[in-house]
Amino acid sequence: MKQSQPIALVNARLIDPASDYDGLGSLILTEGVIAEVLHTAHLPSGSADMKVIDCDGKVVCPGLIDLRVKTGEPGAEPKETLKSASRAAAAGGVTSMVVQPDTDPVIDEPAMVDFILRRARDIELVHVYPAGAATKGHNGKQMAEIGLMSESGAVYFTDVENPIINSKVLARVLSYANGFNALIAHRPKEPWLSDGAVATSGEMAARMGLSGVSALAERIALERDLALVELTGARLLVDQITTAGSIKAIAQAKAKGLDVYASTSINHLVFNEIDIGDYRTFYRLDPPLRSEDDRTALVEALADGLIDVVVSNHTPLPAEDKRRPFSEAEPGAIGLQTLLAALIGLHHDRDIPLIDLLRTVTINPAQLIGLEAGRLAPGAPADLIVVDIDAPFALRESDILSKSKNSPFENRTLQGKVELTLVDGRIVYQA
Amino acid sequence: MTRIAPQDPQVLLEMIQSRLFPFPKRHFNAAQDLDPPDILALLDLADVFVELNRRTNKKLDLLKGRTQVNLFFENSTRTMSSFELAGKRLGADTVNMNPRTSSVAKGETLIDTAVTLNAMKPDLLVVRHSASGAAQLLGQKVGCSVVNAGDGQHQHPTQALLDMLSIRRAFGHVDSLTVAICGDVAHSRVARSNVILLNAMGANVRLVGPPTLIPGDADEWGVEVYHDMKAGITGANVVMMLRLQLERMDGAFIPSTREYFRYFGLDREKLAVAAPDVRVMHPGPMNRGVEIDSEVADDLSISLIQDQVEMGVAARMAVLASLAARLETDR
Repeated sequence: MKQSQPIALVNARLIDPASDYDGLGSLILTEGVIAEVLHTAHLPSGSADMKVIDCDGKVVCPGLIDLRVKTGEPGAEPKETLKSASRAAAAGGVTSMVVQPDTDPVIDEPAMVDFILRRARDIELVHVYPAGAATKGHNGKQMAEIGLMSESGAVYFTDVENPIINSKVLARVLSYANGFNALIAHRPKEPWLSDGAVATSGEMAARMGLSGVSALAERIALERDLALVELTGARLLVDQITTAGSIKAIAQAKAKGLDVYASTSINHLVFNEIDIGDYRTFYRLDPPLRSEDDRTALVEALADGLIDVVVSNHTPLPAEDKRRPFSEAEPGAIGLQTLLAALIGLHHDRDIPLIDLLRTVTINPAQLIGLEAGRLAPGAPADLIVVDIDAPFALRESDILSKSKNSPFENRTLQGKVELTLVDGRIVYQA
Repeated sequence: MTRIAPQDPQVLLEMIQSRLFPFPKRHFNAAQDLDPPDILALLDLADVFVELNRRTNKKLDLLKGRTQVNLFFENSTRTMSSFELAGKRLGADTVNMNPRTSSVAKGETLIDTAVTLNAMKPDLLVVRHSASGAAQLLGQKVGCSVVNAGDGQHQHPTQALLDMLSIRRAFGHVDSLTVAICGDVAHSRVARSNVILLNAMGANVRLVGPPTLIPGDADEWGVEVYHDMKAGITGANVVMMLRLQLERMDGAFIPSTREYFRYFGLDREKLAVAAPDVRVMHPGPMNRGVEIDSEVADDLSISLIQDQVEMGVAARMAVLASLAARLETDR
């Protein structure tokens, strides 16, 4: 449902990575879309029925597009439903989220894609887009119905945490998807090296007595995937790079002109292996947290524009999955509510221009999956947020809107609060 | 091309003899064995055989005394019957052999088979084998003429010849026609032979299919490659569907038959973008509802599929007769 009453957001600092604008401005929203973008603090005139919101110099930017979100629905609703995830998204300034297909049953056919879209329509909060499985049941053997799912509304295809080990199958998936101009997201993870590991191998893991995996396991798999992209000419989103070695490989692939994009998770930009020091299972992640050198390299790659997309990798897990010894706990953390604030933290700590950080969660993901959103332009959907980038806050368990509360940011001080979230011109969250 | 009216047997025989020419090579292994004048000559000869085959008395004694062995390592009722009829109508003694592929899978045993055959002194050997290059290997080891009746994913040159005969009879010419070959090109020996013959005769050839079913270097075959069926058959005069190798479905080439049919199966809706005079072909056997809709396959106003079967016998008679004519000149 679109908002019919026109809204004006005035006296704002508009940040629009799509047009490279960062400055004073105002927006007029009508019928769910952006009608006008003005580079002035106030409107020359406004209609009588227009609702005017004075932003008081705060940031107004496109709502975030999070390409990697897990919900428990269908199959594990106690962890998270599409509705609870949508609420958390709205509170975190995420106006579009792509849910992962590793549900139960797996989203590997058009009817399942349709189910997710129908549920999202009924909830009517943020935009929810399903990713489809690349292989049936994530079995890594038989290609899923990429064409039919594309047509039903799946925005990309991935086997999520089960990389396709068989190179011939991956080559065919890439090649086939290419015929439909479909995007494949594939996580680089060498399965045998990674087997049984819960941390990155090194001094920290050794001291803690945790089974480790070399950071190389990511690069080995990535190099193979990139070679297959070279072979097939396909479009590939490298799903989460977390190591310095992978960054080099991505840089080389891009320099060669391959149609390759890279994402990383906010957790790997903010935390490092030291954070697992207390065996706190909220930091038990997959890929595991890396060394400080890897983290620094990721932040630099982000600033340089080598990393195209930042994701929350929202993975809700209830207490029974997390309240266990470190190596027995399920890996993953929620992140929809903290993605933006953590990114803004990189701006405050490292002086990375906000516009460059926002690019990775707005226009870049929008272009990758073909959304009109993610920009402040006339005609674009009025999916926007108003943010006070200086406001500090500490995330308490009681603030978490997800059904699962496994946030590594819990009780950490963050800076950058979402004050207002609009989707199709409707206010879906107000602080 | 001139249509041949039914005439008395003697006139028909004279026409055949006037068109009969010695085959340019001892074997017919691949489409590239033929130059455009040979192709034309074979088609002209086949046209007369079509007329002969439509008469009550279909028999000639052109190959009288000749022995033709049909050596089919791979099952194919259609092709074997077609070659058998072709040989018999020309008066040859035909023998069908179906050795079990498993026992002759290795090159050495295939050569053993050749030695055995040589001892039987056949004149014409028609070979079908699941391995690419098998017919060529046999050709090097036997004293008779070898006709490749399909080797692995390599070639099926008599199929291409009969396809061209069907096209020429439907349109009156082949040059300047746009022919879209659609589907599982990667595994198709029919497609490989057709591309060569059609290119040689001046047709515009397109290959249409998902990237997984089109060989990576196909754009260097002198064809246009399309991964979108409608784009690929837009304006086409001939839409040649290929059999989807269902047995290869588990190899992750395509997601499912229903998705395949949705995007690459030929139905009325997709066919609407082709040329108004479009003709549809299929080498058979068809997977109905997978690569082709029955409504299209069975519509005699557009489908040449039955014609292809009829032309198969005539085209093979032309090949066998020409090879035998060469044997005469070699003698």
